[in-house]
Amino acid sequence: MDWTFLIFTLVKIAVVFAVVMTMVAYAVLVERKVSAFIQDRVGPNRAAPFFARYIPFLGPRLVRWGIFQPVADALKAILKEDYTPAHVRKVYFWIAPAIAMVPALLTLAVIPFGSQIGSQKMVIADLDVGILYTFGIVSLGVYGIVLAGYAANSKYPFLGGIRSSAQMISYEISMGLSVIPVFLLVGSLNLSDVIGNQSGSLLNWHVVKQPLAFFIFLIAAFAETNRLPFDLPEAETELVGGYHTEYSSMKFALFFLGEYAAMISVSAMMVTLFLGGWTLPFLGLDQPAATIGMGLVHILIFLMKLCFLLLIIIWVRWMLPRFRYDQLMDLGWRRFIPVALANIILTAAVLAFVRS
Amino acid sequence: MIVSRKPLSLAERFYLPAVANGFKVTWRHFRRTVFEGKTAAGETAGGFHPEVPWKVEPGYRGAPYLVRDQEGHTKCVSCQLCEFICPPKAIRITPPGPDGQAADRKNAEKMPRDFEINMLRCIFCGLCQEVCPEEAIFLQKDYSLSGGSREEMIYNKERLLALGGTHSGTQKWKHKLEEAKAQEAFPVKTP
Repeated sequence: MDWTFLIFTLVKIAVVFAVVMTMVAYAVLVERKVSAFIQDRVGPNRAAPFFARYIPFLGPRLVRWGIFQPVADALKAILKEDYTPAHVRKVYFWIAPAIAMVPALLTLAVIPFGSQIGSQKMVIADLDVGILYTFGIVSLGVYGIVLAGYAANSKYPFLGGIRSSAQMISYEISMGLSVIPVFLLVGSLNLSDVIGNQSGSLLNWHVVKQPLAFFIFLIAAFAETNRLPFDLPEAETELVGGYHTEYSSMKFALFFLGEYAAMISVSAMMVTLFLGGWTLPFLGLDQPAATIGMGLVHILIFLMKLCFLLLIIIWVRWMLPRFRYDQLMDLGWRRFIPVALANIILTAAVLAFVRS
Repeated sequence: MIVSRKPLSLAERFYLPAVANGFKVTWRHFRRTVFEGKTAAGETAGGFHPEVPWKVEPGYRGAPYLVRDQEGHTKCVSCQLCEFICPPKAIRITPPGPDGQAADRKNAEKMPRDFEINMLRCIFCGLCQEVCPEEAIFLQKDYSLSGGSREEMIYNKERLLALGGTHSGTQKWKHKLEEAKAQEAFPVKTP
């Protein structure tokens, strides 16, 4: 066993986990702020710890921007009464939040979030089957929601669970099919190779080469993460919260965190597959970093692209109404799967023509 | 009437015009809030709630309180109609009993020994005000009640009377007296 490998991997896991959890907390804040601005409100602007008054100039502004709100939210979630209704199936009721949370975090293991710092590659697990691993794990995410719907043993969560299983299975297929052209172009399933393939020029980014694939992947990502316009499992207005109706306190918070962690991991996937990962096609930023400073710059570039995609996902939630169930299924099975298949065949044909 | 549903055009079936319009609308509001500092509360009420108190319009149904008449006497005669009609059973009246304290005003036989409204149960429906034959209970303007315990939110008679104040509106017994006098002459003049 190589001890340095183990130590560096553990450090990377700890750092990625901490960063992702912070991003989740502040993604919730951004969600609330953006929704408020779109709806002519101001959003959270009151949470103020005792020391905020003593910070000159910046203190009141931080309070007004709601910077301390995620802390208050987290404390509230932890301190609330964790209520288990009498009618639930206890074992599944307890397991479901964890199962909803874990896959979102596991997906991040294969994402290259930077080039390298020193001799360490900035990816937790540089798997050669990267994308297959991702799809294997992402499809586990549905079990958390289905189990939650089943465990709650009441009508609304059950409906939410059923919708979720149908929706996620159908969009899983178009999602998987949409990325195949990308790997036809790259010739490898390793995500680091995917990024290497996109370096050089903006025209090498897969979003330019494969706009259709990106579009389908984006829509399927909305469905996979249960975000509006495809949040049918949750559907506050019809199913009073859907699968997490019966949950409270930290168990509910786990579903919530899981949703945002899934958003982050799916955005990270999109950045890696389509938006060039940690590269930028100028100033020599598309080559693996030689110094620690450049390594950090690469991570920063990755995070900025990630935040941009997160902002799009958040904005769309307040922009579009929810799809009807039959429209959702129609879109998945009768539009996206044929289009994705056609895209594969077209790409394969063009590649065969060019390379022969 | 049957509304005919027009078939969607090709562009509409791609949902793209809806997305474009959605972005246009949301961006307009986002811009107005972030860059021009306009909010719904700022435009209509002039500010946000705790700092700028909300103006309670007449006719608002707030918390029900007991009122005193113009001479400062208890109007309630402990008839318990409000207690019976109260949908969430928030009102509890303790009648004086045969040996209890007499009413502190004329034209009344008794008044309640205690009158409790559980503000945690009250739904501010106004049925008590509607049913009261003595016009002794009114929904007033308080809408933001809070307390540190459940016991604290059960308002007793003294508290309700103190909060309710004096009723300056219709003087029911004066009108009754006028009606009775009017009926002594024939033909009866109806108001």
